[in-house]
Amino acid sequence: MSKAAIKTGAPRVYHLDEEHEHSGGATALGFWIYLMSDALIFASLFAVYGVLSRNYAGGPGPHQLFELPLVALNTTFLLASSIVLGVGMQAMDAGNVGRTWVLLAVTGILGAAFIGVELYEFHGLIADGATPQSSAFLSAFFTLVATHGLHVTFGLVWLVTLLFQISQRGLTIENKRRLMCLSMFWHFLDIIWIGVFTFVYLFGAMR
Amino acid sequence: MTDTHSGIPVHGGKGRLVSGSILSIILTVVPFWLVMTGVLQNASATVLIIFVLAMAQIVVHVSCFLHVDRRAEGGWTLLAFIFTAIILGITIVGSIWVMYHLNVNMMPMSTDGMQMN
Repeated sequence: MSKAAIKTGAPRVYHLDEEHEHSGGATALGFWIYLMSDALIFASLFAVYGVLSRNYAGGPGPHQLFELPLVALNTTFLLASSIVLGVGMQAMDAGNVGRTWVLLAVTGILGAAFIGVELYEFHGLIADGATPQSSAFLSAFFTLVATHGLHVTFGLVWLVTLLFQISQRGLTIENKRRLMCLSMFWHFLDIIWIGVFTFVYLFGAMR
Repeated sequence: MTDTHSGIPVHGGKGRLVSGSILSIILTVVPFWLVMTGVLQNASATVLIIFVLAMAQIVVHVSCFLHVDRRAEGGWTLLAFIFTAIILGITIVGSIWVMYHLNVNMMPMSTDGMQMN
């Protein structure tokens, strides 16, 4: 092709299509960098909790407040949603639109169940008088756990948006890229939850 | 591995997802079982085991669900992950360490003084 261009003496045109072809990969790396910066936000919140987690100000401590069966249920929902989304991403790679949509919807339902249980837990704590205002321990607890919950909530909004996108346009390259980012976000939140249930709930219950 | 048409990374093999799922279920169930039943009498041993299991589960999730390895993005995702893990460790361990020493070296305060504040 380049020879032909030289022969005819036509002005040379350079196509930079190389950069377009790798946009998905660049997005993956860029989104990964965002997730890592988000991990630093959680690192500071974990550090705050670690420093303040014994400052009860005469109020109730973690072993009186935390209900581990509820946390186990919560953890099950989030872990199951992560696994279902992993299966859904394989359906996406196989190009199966219907299966991808259904598995994405199941992920969303499990994520909503997680948020439901968390709100129920928060409601119970606040009804018992264990509000974020009552001690440094509870302030740090609510900030850390609710920041994670807020991330999951925004993930759910994103997930529902993608359900509409997929049902209207199918698995286009753009939708595949968005799904890839959502799955990274969702798995990342599950990793943060590992830290929460280990360092906040399990360590707290043993105190 | 990259999809030749879109450049979007393909999501590993089925085997990786299955083994990752089974491992993460085991690594979640065991710590809950240890704490909820209290089978180990030694509390500090339980804490140590739970900590190691959590670290193991994070590695499983990152490698099996997020597919971070030396080949992904030419190693940049792995590099960013390791860098973040180091900063994370410094932030959390450093804060707790510094604040613990600050607490220990504080002037002793009576309970009356604490209530006045």
